[in-house]
Order: sequence, then structure tokens, then C-alpha cells
Amino acid sequence: MNDKGKIIAGIIIFFVVATFPFWFNMFVEKTPAPELVLTAKAQAAKVCVRDTAFMKANHMQLLDEWRDTVVRKAERIYVNAEGKEFNMSLSNTCLDCHSNKAEFCDRCHQYASIEPYCWDCHIDNPKETK
Amino acid sequence: MEDSRRRFLKIAGIAALGMGTAPVIDAVAASGGHGAAPHMRKGDDALTAKQWGLVIDTTKLDHEKVEHIIEACHSTHNVPNISAAKVGQKVATRHEIKWIWETHYHNAFTDLRPQYLSEDVEERPFLVLCNHCEEPPCVQACPTQATFKRPDGIVLMDFHRCIGCRFCMAACPYGSRSFNLRDPRPFIEKTNLAFPTRTKGVVEKCNFCAERLAVGQPPACVEASEGAMVFGDLEDPHSEIREVLREHYTIRRKVSLGTGPAVYYII
Ligand code: HEC
Ligand code: HEC
Ligand code: HEC
Repeated sequence: MNDKGKIIAGIIIFFVVATFPFWFNMFVEKTPAPELVLTAKAQAAKVCVRDTAFMKANHMQLLDEWRDTVVRKAERIYVNAEGKEFNMSLSNTCLDCHSNKAEFCDRCHQYASIEPYCWDCHIDNPKETK
Repeated sequence: MEDSRRRFLKIAGIAALGMGTAPVIDAVAASGGHGAAPHMRKGDDALTAKQWGLVIDTTKLDHEKVEHIIEACHSTHNVPNISAAKVGQKVATRHEIKWIWETHYHNAFTDLRPQYLSEDVEERPFLVLCNHCEEPPCVQACPTQATFKRPDGIVLMDFHRCIGCRFCMAACPYGSRSFNLRDPRPFIEKTNLAFPTRTKGVVEKCNFCAERLAVGQPPACVEASEGAMVFGDLEDPHSEIREVLREHYTIRRKVSLGTGPAVYYII
């Protein structure tokens, strides 16, 4: 067999190419996690609607639950485990505390490559007078 | 033999006991010790009914008042004004969005037309809107249940589910529904920041001010009508609206279709 060299070289090249993503990630610096800015109002409140870990992982499910409950069950008040009440509204509640949508929601969504279509209808700057 | 049966019964008994306590243990574990689980409820001021209805006293309305009422509704709900001045007459008639609008008697009451109508009624402006029917044909037509009838009688749209198929528009005998053929935002002169707009590709219509009833306010049109419109529970014999219906002769639109419209007109 005279092709031994070629075959081995081929296998090595295949191996390098196949494992390229792992190499690449090892040597190239990772995109840093986005830095989230809390507004003065949010800082004063200290806590979100639910605890931070829950919000981080589940805010989309929470919003889903909110919209179904508001629109389909006609219930608009959310009472969390601590007994604090919130008006279940995307623009009027979430964006009341997180009124810096660009530095909060958007920054994280850009990082995670998500574009919620909610803002086609929901007002994304409820504080601004237009 | 004796021994093993005894053993078997013992084990079976303990297992049954264990299964019986599982829900109790679960309940204790779930309560987690701090406060109650999150829950949702209606606001304290929310207005409720079995079937919301509306009486419009057309004798108290003129062109100017009608315009004022339409403006109150449309500015509250960010209804775009796609006018002929901006897009031309042809496009405007196709793209127009309306929740409540003005029409003539002969358009509103197509099945109640005397040969010779009184001049006064002929010229009177009639306000028309979604009738929040008892048997809404739009609800039956909707393939996604985006349009549904609430327990309080309001025929409501869940915009999150609307796929823009327009079956509801074909089903509605009152023309109460409009389709967003274009992005409505550029046509909203002054946005109400507390209420969402709609987007290209969804149908929309009057919601009987579900968002205002939830905080104890009457519909915007009723508030702006200065007494020409009365809103209330049709199924409550002691309500103001039933009182008005007892005292006046009223008509409804296209009753023969069996939709059971909840909007009444004093002529
Ligand atoms: C009362 C003010 C307030 C309201 C209302 C509020 N938040 Fe928050 N939210 C906060 C605060 C404060 C934090 C940061 C908590 C922390 O740093 O531990 C936070 C954290 C978060 C986080 C996690 C961010 C991270 O650090 O990763 C998300 C996601 C979030 N909020 C989304 C929402 C959404 C969605 C809503 C509406 C359902 C909402 N918030 C309503 C105050 C609020
Ligand atoms: C800590 C990062 C982070 C922050 C801060 C954050 N989000 Fe998200 N959001 C996500 C991720 C990640 C997803 C996608 C989850 C998935 O795809 O399952 C998501 C999804 C969503 C979705 C669902 C999108 C869809 O298409 O279904 C909505 C709505 C949403 N976020 C709203 C908000 C709002 C409003 C805020 C600001 C108040 C916010 N988010 C802040 C990370 C974040
Ligand atoms: C086609 C337009 C449209 C889109 C798109 C849309 N919504 Fe809505 N949404 C509405 C309307 C209209 C209401 C009813 C508001 C009311 O009755 O107060 C509403 C109500 C809600 C409510 C409760 C009331 C409030 O003020 O927020 C929540 C929460 C909500 N939507 C979340 C979402 C989320 C999350 C998304 C994106 C994943 C979304 N919506 C996309 C139109 C839309």
C-alpha cells in the first residue's frame, strides 16, 4: 500500500476540521455576557415580580400566563408569594420598572439572538410623551 | 403458609398507608413555608355582569356629538385614522379601521325600512358598533378561538391568537370588524401609551372597553355621550339599562338573523 501517507494525512485533516468548533472556542475570547442596567426605580424596588433566578429563566412563561389571564380570564391583578400586587401589563408594569428597555430587555435579547414581536403592538416607551 | 400471608397483609397495609400520605406530603412540601403561592384575581373595582348591553338614544345625538363619541373611542384604543386626505379615497375605503362609526338609518336597519321614512330619522346620524351578540357568528367562524365570548357577554378578541384569516369578517352581519391591511402606527395621531396598538395582519373591533371595565370605568363612548348612551347588565332586571328599556320602545339591528344583538336603539 503506497497510499498510507495520504490516508493518514486525510484522517488528520478530517479530524482537525471536524473538531474546529472546539478549537475555535478554546482560543477565541468568548462574547462577554451583557451588562444589564437597572433603573433607579428598579433599584429602589430591589426585587422583581418573582425572584431573580425565576425571572431570568421564566419571564417569557410568566408573560404568557399574564396575557392569557388578562385577555381570556379578565383577571388583571397578580399577587406574588410575598403578597405584593402587580397590574399584569407588559408595557405598564414591566416597562415601568425596566423603562430602560434598550439597556435591559434588548441587551439580553440581542445576546441571546431573540426578537420578541410583542413591540409591534405593545408600546415600548410608555414613559415618553409622544 | 400462615406466616407468609400475615407478612403479605402487613406489607400491603403499610404500602396503602404510604400511598395515602403522599398527597399530604406533597401539599406540605409545595407550600414551601413562605407565604401563599402566587395567584391572580380581578381588581377590586372591576365591573361585572351576565350580559353587558348598550342603549343608544338616537334622539339625543347630532352629528357633532357623534363625532365626539367616535373620537373618544378611537383615541382611547389607538385606532388609526387612515383618511382619504392621506392615502386617497380608494385606498381609504379599503384600509379604514373603525370600532364605532356613523351611518344612516337605512344602512343600520336594512330589514326595518318603511317605504317612506320620516325626514327626521332619514337625516339623523346613527352610531353603530360591535353588537356583542348573544349568539355571535364570528366566534363560531374563528378557527383559533381568537374571538370568544366572555362570561360577561363581551365578544372579545385575543389579538395574540389572531392569524388574520378574516373568517370572522365574513361571518359578521354588521360589518363591525376591520382588517389591518397596513401597519396602523403611522396613522395614529396621538398614541395612548397605556393601550397597545395593533399590527398589520390582524382583525380588530370594539372590545366594549374591557380594559376600562376592569378598573371600574364605563366604556369611553358612554362617558363621552353625556347621557345619550346607557350601559349596563341586560340580565339584571334592576339595572339602569333595563329601566330605560322598560320606558322606551327600542329596536335592534337585523334581529331576524338570530344573533341576539346587545345594542338597542331608541328612535
Ligand atoms: C417593581 C419593579 C419591577 C417590575 C415591575 C419588574 N421588574 Fe424585573 N427586575 C426588577 C429588579 C429590581 C431586578 C433585579 C433583581 C436582582 O438584581 O436581583 C429585576 C430583574 C429582572 C430580570 C433578571 C435580570 C437578570 O439579572 O438576569 C428579568 C428577566 C426581569 N426582571 C424581567 C421583568 C419582566 C418581564 C417584568 C414584567 C413581568 C418585570 N421584570 C417587572 C424590578 C422589577
Ligand atoms: C437575562 C437575560 C434577559 C433579560 C434581562 C430579558 N430577557 Fe426576555 N428572554 C431572554 C431569553 C434567553 C429568551 C428566550 C427564551 C427561549 O427562547 O426559550 C427571552 C424571551 C422573551 C420573550 C419571549 C419571546 C418569544 O418570541 O416567545 C419575551 C416576551 C421576553 N423575553 C420579554 C422580555 C422583557 C419585556 C424583558 C425586559 C423587561 C426581558 N425579556 C428581559 C432573556 C432575557
Ligand atoms: C397584534 C397586537 C399584539 C401583539 C403582537 C402582542 N400583543 Fe399583547 N396585547 C394586545 C392587546 C390589544 C392587548 C389587550 C390590552 C388590554 O385589554 O388592556 C394585549 C394584552 C397583553 C397583556 C396584558 C395587558 C397588558 O397591558 O399588557 C400582556 C401581558 C401581553 N399582551 C403580552 C404580550 C406579549 C408577551 C407579546 C409578545 C410575545 C404580545 N403581547 C404581543 C396586542 C398585542
